[in-house]
Amino acid sequence: MAPVLRVDALSCRRGMRRVVEGLSFALAGGETLLLSGRNGSGKTTLLRALALFVPAESGTITWRDRPVSEDPDGWRRDVAWLGHLDGLKGDLAAGENIAAAIHLQCGVAPSRAAIVEALERFGMAAAVDRPVRSLSAGQRRRVALARVALAGAPVWLLDEPLNALDSAAQAELTAALTHHAEAGGLAIVATHTPLDLPNARRLELAAP
Amino acid sequence: MSRPAANLHFLANPARFRRFVARVLPALWLVTAASLAGGLWLALVTAPVDYQQGHTVRIMFVHVPSAWLSMAGYALLAGLGASLLVWRHPLAALMARAAAPVGACFAAICLLTGSLWGKPMWGAWWVWDARLTSMLLLFFLYLGHIALTRAYDNPDRGDRAAAILALVGVVNVPVIKFSVDWWHTLHQPASVVKIGGPTIHPTILWPLLAMAAALLLLFVALVLMRTDSEIDRRRLELAERPS
Amino acid sequence: MSRFLALIARDLRLVWRRPGDLGMVLAFFAIACVLFPLGIGPETNLLQRIAGGVLWCAALFAALLSLDRLFLADFEDGALDLLLAAPFPLEMAAVAKCVAHWLTTGLPLALLAPLLGVAFDLDGAGIAALCLGLLLGTPTLSLIGALAAALTLGARRGGALMALLALPLCVPTLIFGAGAVEAATTGEGLATHLGLLAALALMALATVPWAIAAALRQAGE
Repeated sequence: MAPVLRVDALSCRRGMRRVVEGLSFALAGGETLLLSGRNGSGKTTLLRALALFVPAESGTITWRDRPVSEDPDGWRRDVAWLGHLDGLKGDLAAGENIAAAIHLQCGVAPSRAAIVEALERFGMAAAVDRPVRSLSAGQRRRVALARVALAGAPVWLLDEPLNALDSAAQAELTAALTHHAEAGGLAIVATHTPLDLPNARRLELAAP
Repeated sequence: MSRPAANLHFLANPARFRRFVARVLPALWLVTAASLAGGLWLALVTAPVDYQQGHTVRIMFVHVPSAWLSMAGYALLAGLGASLLVWRHPLAALMARAAAPVGACFAAICLLTGSLWGKPMWGAWWVWDARLTSMLLLFFLYLGHIALTRAYDNPDRGDRAAAILALVGVVNVPVIKFSVDWWHTLHQPASVVKIGGPTIHPTILWPLLAMAAALLLLFVALVLMRTDSEIDRRRLELAERPS
Repeated sequence: MSRFLALIARDLRLVWRRPGDLGMVLAFFAIACVLFPLGIGPETNLLQRIAGGVLWCAALFAALLSLDRLFLADFEDGALDLLLAAPFPLEMAAVAKCVAHWLTTGLPLALLAPLLGVAFDLDGAGIAALCLGLLLGTPTLSLIGALAAALTLGARRGGALMALLALPLCVPTLIFGAGAVEAATTGEGLATHLGLLAALALMALATVPWAIAAALRQAGE
């Protein structure tokens, strides 16, 4: 299958230090890439560069035969992001958080039924009207994952999604990633914990 | 490969700058010292005594060029900020870091000499004169720039935040000046003696220009010297920082 | 546009959930104004003369006080990443945040100000000038303050630094705003002052969002 996402000779810096140097890879639809490497090896910087938060020092990212620098908003439309931080507002209910984030990402507010369904996949349907501040760290992570799943974006960028998650949630994430891949979606996941994804490709990063 | 070596590209450009500074700076200091001596001699000895202001007028020869240089210094910060943000020129960041305190010092000198001049002329150390007030606000803009540059653990981030501030500041300096002038004409009808004087007679024009040239040279020499030491400091920080 | 409104709605809802924050800003505004007569003395003529300046300075400080959470909360909980990741111009997002901030700070301050103007014995024209001036001037304060807040994200001593950055840039607004009150009480026309305040607001709207967006991008790196 022809690759849809190509990264060529990508270099980027964190602060003044170059942590990703000359990195190249290509992913076809339905592929999952697991990033591993020691702390400081540039996993987060690479993901943030792919999300266009960190400008690449050199190199190109090509999405569907077009450099993302030519149409950054087109690329952003196709990307769902989950960083170290959940991006949830403690004072808003889980459902409100998801609705606001999806509205910003997709331009339309999702229906309540869709939100409940997405939360259900991560075992959080009961929390739809509960303020996020009353949830545990692991529960918040699940809500954030439900947001990613609901965005319907073909590319997922996940930074340590298993942070604070128990083994049940790991299974749910694995199921969600498998489902996403079967639907032809891409995922790039930085993780320390080995995920049970037999078909996933792996990339070990080492700082230059 | 050692960690600092990975960042050699960062110092490649500054290396040429340093060779240039090493060659030029000693001569520049000599010229600066000579022109300062000449300018001060013209200003303090040969310039005539003002019939109205007496010897106090000589303060102008430091006061007015300092005002010019502090304004030019802020424009320089904005220019360096643009070159950092647009072209990511690493030397621009270090030079802005070096230049801001120098500009702030000239603004402070301008305020101090204005105050020294004001005591005999206005009978008060501080009068809310429009020009002095604008200069005070410029001084605060400098302080903000200096503080922002040094407020981050990652110096790169501070440099770029301060670059944005300098660009916004330089757009606002004329607005602030206009508003302060407006405020001043509303609250204090034209004063008898304006700081800076209404007309400049040729006998004091030459000393003024000489002092302006001398202080400009001093400004340039200080900025070059400080940029050079900022390069050293940044290099040390890079070497010391853990990965 | 739908994203723009959604972002405003989200921020308004957040303020609504914590009305205490808004109450605090208004209370600060009121107490700061009340301190002046207590410090200076209750002489009506004097209070009337300084009313414009005092009320405007207090409003400026109150607006600044409310700014520290504007982007810092988003920065700390990761919501800023979602703004950066959205297919939506960051400049527009910055304006949306400023609109929400103005609706929950500048507008309430402008509505509360007449009450405090009465305490300073301002006449009807003076109160109208104060209220109109604040309505036209506080958007500029929100924009400049938002820039200062964005520039200091992740900085040490962010709060004090923010004030140092914002206050000099707010001087023109303060001058024309306080000048409007004075012009009204002395019977001069208001139009020039209000026009200048509106011009400042438009200028800020045309230039500052770009700077805010650039600062937010830097904070996200």
